[in-house]
Amino acid sequence: MRIVVCIKQVPATNDASIDPETKRIVREGVKAILNPFDTYAVEEGVLLRERFGGEVVVLSMGPPKAEAVLREAVSQGADRAILLSHRAFGGSDTWATSYALACAIRKLGGADLVICGKQAVDGDTAQVGPGIAAHLGWPQATHVMQVRSATPETLVAVRMHEDGYDVCELTLPAVITVVKDINSPRVPTLRGRLASQKMEIPVWTPEMIGADTAKIGLDGSPTRVVKTEPPPPRNKASRRITGSPDVCAAELLHELRTRSLV
Amino acid sequence: MRLNPAVARGAFRNVWVVAEVLSGHIQPVTHELVGAARALADVRGSEVWAIVLGSGVAGQTGGLIACGCDAVIVVDDPAFAAFNDEAAARTLVQLIDKYRPESVLCGATTCGRALIPRVAVLADCGLTADCTGLAIDPDNGDLLQTRPAFGGNIMATIRCSNHRPQLATVRPRVMKALDADPRRTGRVIREPLTPDPSDALKRVIEVFHSTETAVNLGDASFIISGGRGLKGPEGFNLLRQLASRVGGAVGASRAAVDAGWIPYAHQVGQTGQTVQSKVYMACAISGQIQHLVGMQSCDLIIALDKNPDTPMMQIADIAIVGDLFEILPELIRQIPAT
Ligand SMILES: Cc1cc2nc3c(=O)[nH]c(=O)nc-3n(C[C@H](O)[C@H](O)[C@H](O)COP(=O)(O)OP(=O)(O)OC[C@H]3O[C@@H](n4cnc5c(N)ncnc54)[C@H](O)[C@@H]3O)c2cc1C
Ligand SMILES: Nc1ncnc2c1ncn2[C@@H]1O[C@H](COP(=O)(O)O)[C@@H](O)[C@H]1O
Repeated sequence: MRIVVCIKQVPATNDASIDPETKRIVREGVKAILNPFDTYAVEEGVLLRERFGGEVVVLSMGPPKAEAVLREAVSQGADRAILLSHRAFGGSDTWATSYALACAIRKLGGADLVICGKQAVDGDTAQVGPGIAAHLGWPQATHVMQVRSATPETLVAVRMHEDGYDVCELTLPAVITVVKDINSPRVPTLRGRLASQKMEIPVWTPEMIGADTAKIGLDGSPTRVVKTEPPPPRNKASRRITGSPDVCAAELLHELRTRSLV
Repeated sequence: MRLNPAVARGAFRNVWVVAEVLSGHIQPVTHELVGAARALADVRGSEVWAIVLGSGVAGQTGGLIACGCDAVIVVDDPAFAAFNDEAAARTLVQLIDKYRPESVLCGATTCGRALIPRVAVLADCGLTADCTGLAIDPDNGDLLQTRPAFGGNIMATIRCSNHRPQLATVRPRVMKALDADPRRTGRVIREPLTPDPSDALKRVIEVFHSTETAVNLGDASFIISGGRGLKGPEGFNLLRQLASRVGGAVGASRAAVDAGWIPYAHQVGQTGQTVQSKVYMACAISGQIQHLVGMQSCDLIIALDKNPDTPMMQIADIAIVGDLFEILPELIRQIPAT
């Protein structure tokens, strides 16, 4: 089985800031981490490879320093890593990102399964996984909380929904996006870490993946961020309630009733 | 579709709402979006259409018209008995090609967020996820889509000027439904599902809906969440009792989920769900940033903690200092059961 896991480097949440000029997230000089959901995607890929053989290829699109998260994924058990990096990719929205990742997957010679995280914690869009599936014309299952069974041709996935779950059988190749519940990622071994530091990571350009340059980067992105601002300030008239339990309860109830919330 | 001399902006009209259908029923978020769509369409002097893909849903169109739709397209087919992203996306793209809406709104639910990105790629148009604010440029129909990013630390406004239609998923409970007016009239358009060989590539083989395990944090207006201070699974019974008194849902911090006290579907935060309820009551949750990013956009935040200095107690609108095992039973006692 060839499993491609798409992973993204994201700024550590609390450091988020936006360039007032370009309206894009500032990624320079900000502490960056592997998108938390993608750790589960990598682990699921490694678990499937341990059962079926084959390889786990981790794929990321981003600036050169994004290779750090690829190395991290390799230390977690992925076999090899590819970085899509070039100025022309810059400013890609989820449409253009999923297009570029789909081109890279084709260039790899396809895959049996593509695994993404449920969403990236910077943009919180959850759009890239289904986008890749659409570009490749493959079936998809999102919010996967369990891979119930798999063969080299099919995969049975349990999808989480607001009011329960459902189970679907996908004919491979397919794309799944995973939530945290799906597994517990292993801790990388020291040997894995050392090996990952030495690994060569090829860098692919738009030309190498046969991407249409009109479909990548800022120009290939249908969406434009036109304004960014801090969220509306929270009402600072916060209230503190102390005292005996019955007084606390009564005062809270009073607050809720005045606001017609109970 | 990308706009160019051959594909003119003016060829796209009306605001569509893709109905959220769960277990055969149109969900409240649909009516909220119809309310939002009505306001946008009125600015543009255009119509609101709802698109209902489901099985046995044909009888439910009246409610949509009553709350603001001018037309409802129904594709009633057993293939939509379960959530079938591929067939639904293909069908929506066919309908978009045929009727050319200017904007398409859909709930930012697990289904909506799986389906619409697929549509965006197939129809070659822009998509903004998880909008909390929508406005429209009266002249050219550009949607101004506002959404939180970085867990609510930043609000971004997004425009898609060169593509039509413009797609947006919108958070439940943010927009307001209009009061139903049974005298309103509208058209019902029935469209067939066009089967496709690719439909065989995915089959939903089991569906498990449960009102008991229903978490539905995205849709809840009152969320009562518990953290490590609940000490064990029994602690969550207190929260459930309180939730049932106020018609709320139960959430949890990662610490409580990781301890196995409550299933992951309840987890709020960076690696759980992002919620935006009217009330969020955090019981014994210290409020680490990974939790805060999932709930800091809620309208009213109540914190209950014995430690007055936690980050959650600092950001809360109402902070109650005390022991939850004493205060919660008292609160439950004081709220009459309904
Ligand atoms: C990559 C990553 C992702 C993460 N994602 C999430 C996420 O999605 N969601 C999430 O919640 N966390 C997440 N976390 C974890 C987060 O950092 C915190 O560890 C977690 O939120 C702490 O949970 P807690 O507040 O329940 O526990 P604690 O921090 O231990 O707080 C417990 C609180 O309970 C109070 N307390 C104890 N007993 C009582 C009592 N009897 N009465 C009243 N108060 C009492 C204590 O004073 C304390 O304030 C993530 C962490 C990482 C690294
Ligand atoms: N630039 C990227 N490179 C590789 N994978 C990505 C990239 N952006 C998003 N992904 C994948 O798509 C998932 C969803 O991301 P998003 O749609 O941005 O929320 C992530 O968890 C990753 O698995």
